[in-house]
Amino acid sequence: MEKKHKKEALAGILMVLPTIVGLIALNFYPLIRTVYMSFFESGAFGSWRFIGWDNYVTMFQTRSFWKATGNTFLFMFYTVPVTIIFGLLLAVMLNQKIKGKTVFRAIYFLPMVVAPAAVAMVWKWLFNTDFGIINQVLKALHLPYEINWISNSKTALLACAIVTIWSSVGYDAILLLSGLQGISKTYYEAARIDGATLFQQFRKITLPLVSPTLFFVLIMRVMSSLKVFDIVYMMIEKTNPAIRSTETILYNFYQETFVKNNKGYGAAIVVWSVVIISVITLIQFIGQKKWVTYDV
Amino acid sequence: MAQKESTKNKKNKGNIAIYIFLTLGSVVMIFPFVWMITTSFKTVPETTLIPPTLFPRSFKNIKAYQQVTNSLPFLKLYYNTLMMIVLRVLCAVIFSSMAAYAFAKLKFPLKNIFFFIVLSQLMLPAQVFILPQYEMISAMGQTDSIFALVFPAIVSAFGTFFLRQTYMGIPDDLLDAAKIDGCSYFGTFIKIAFPLTKSSIAALAVFTALFAYSDLMWPLIVNTRQDKLTLSSGLSTLRGQFAVNYPNLMAGSVLAMVPMIVIYIIFQRQFIEGIALTGTKA
Repeated sequence: MEKKHKKEALAGILMVLPTIVGLIALNFYPLIRTVYMSFFESGAFGSWRFIGWDNYVTMFQTRSFWKATGNTFLFMFYTVPVTIIFGLLLAVMLNQKIKGKTVFRAIYFLPMVVAPAAVAMVWKWLFNTDFGIINQVLKALHLPYEINWISNSKTALLACAIVTIWSSVGYDAILLLSGLQGISKTYYEAARIDGATLFQQFRKITLPLVSPTLFFVLIMRVMSSLKVFDIVYMMIEKTNPAIRSTETILYNFYQETFVKNNKGYGAAIVVWSVVIISVITLIQFIGQKKWVTYDV
Repeated sequence: MAQKESTKNKKNKGNIAIYIFLTLGSVVMIFPFVWMITTSFKTVPETTLIPPTLFPRSFKNIKAYQQVTNSLPFLKLYYNTLMMIVLRVLCAVIFSSMAAYAFAKLKFPLKNIFFFIVLSQLMLPAQVFILPQYEMISAMGQTDSIFALVFPAIVSAFGTFFLRQTYMGIPDDLLDAAKIDGCSYFGTFIKIAFPLTKSSIAALAVFTALFAYSDLMWPLIVNTRQDKLTLSSGLSTLRGQFAVNYPNLMAGSVLAMVPMIVIYIIFQRQFIEGIALTGTKA
């Protein structure tokens, strides 16, 4: 018996070993190293000088840093509610008895299989001020049309948000749809016999029963909006006059660390982004008790 | 009877509204891709026409494709991206399967601490690791390599966590029977348990592949030599080169997206069901 346990323990350790060693080397150590680096100033030729909290002090006194943080939150408010509402709406529709369900599903998911770099490229063209199709359509509809979508500081972040919503709504719909499919049809039949309207059915059956999936989608969506980089990086060039009002935390991190080579300062920025993400995620986990139903 | 008829009518009307909404939405989803493709066959003056034309004068105009493939070695980019995806998927599947099985079915010391390490990686955004990971790659002298592209994804905490859920769903009796038949722990895993997780592995593969394909920041940082770029990072270099030459930019985008779209059309079901699975199980 004793021997059997030893064998099992050995097998277990050997099987988790590659993953654990990998995670320690590739994630655990880098995490500590990043925090450590945030207390140093990186000089030329890889020299490091300990400066205590100075990076953080500088960071909190830098206007562009606060602007980037504000932009990130604004981006979250632009994208998360709209994506989730449309995602849920789509999921509910795709959950009805309709023809061509798989085709619709495939179409809405399409942007997920296209690299954000390519997505941003075509949207930049659609948003083009003089020849872009969006302004041309606005013109045809007699609406204000000479909008500098991606070079005006008022609309640039919104443009990035529109692209992000467009590319992620299908993904959320797929996840929510699989949540909806888990709801037993008998609930709806019973509700119909009791004369519940469609809206009542949605409020009293669909929403509570899909709430665990909705919570998962919300957590993911918020997290990825706080980490936004690709779309902004691809849509807004460094020379774009709207850069100040679109730069996000991670864009700021990328610029400082890998373009300007301020590695210590960059490390402080990324630590800040982890703090923000953790706090927001924690708030959501506390808040879930109010609206997520698990016991069915 | 009359009442039944009216609810049926109501339902039909509801369905028509759904079709209209879904179809309009589909147009919004597909139009940018159509526009991308038709623009790539236009000449630059054609893109400045007002009102704009949907179709190019001739689909035989492949000048944009020629210019883009001249300035960016697309065959190399396909190769780099493919290798990155294949190796990341293989690593994720092999290492995560082993670890996931052990976490789900075996008793061993430090199990909880190890699992805590897996969970904590899942909670943290990847960017917090990026700078030290870059230092490690450059210390190894491995920048501008396929290895660098795979490096941060050699092990997958997500894969481990996700497959663990699958393995927990396999009944112990099945595995005990194999052990009685004289299978070792590892043998039971390989011969009995592993083959039962095919659909989860497919899901993990799709998830990992899509994530690798769209990854931008890491490839941008580690590989700067033109022949070591991926499709994503390669595309980003086109921007500076062809600032407002939209036919060229669109041709580059088409070349970058076509392989994945073709794979998607063939394996559409596996893609969507896989993604749904990673969302509901994890």
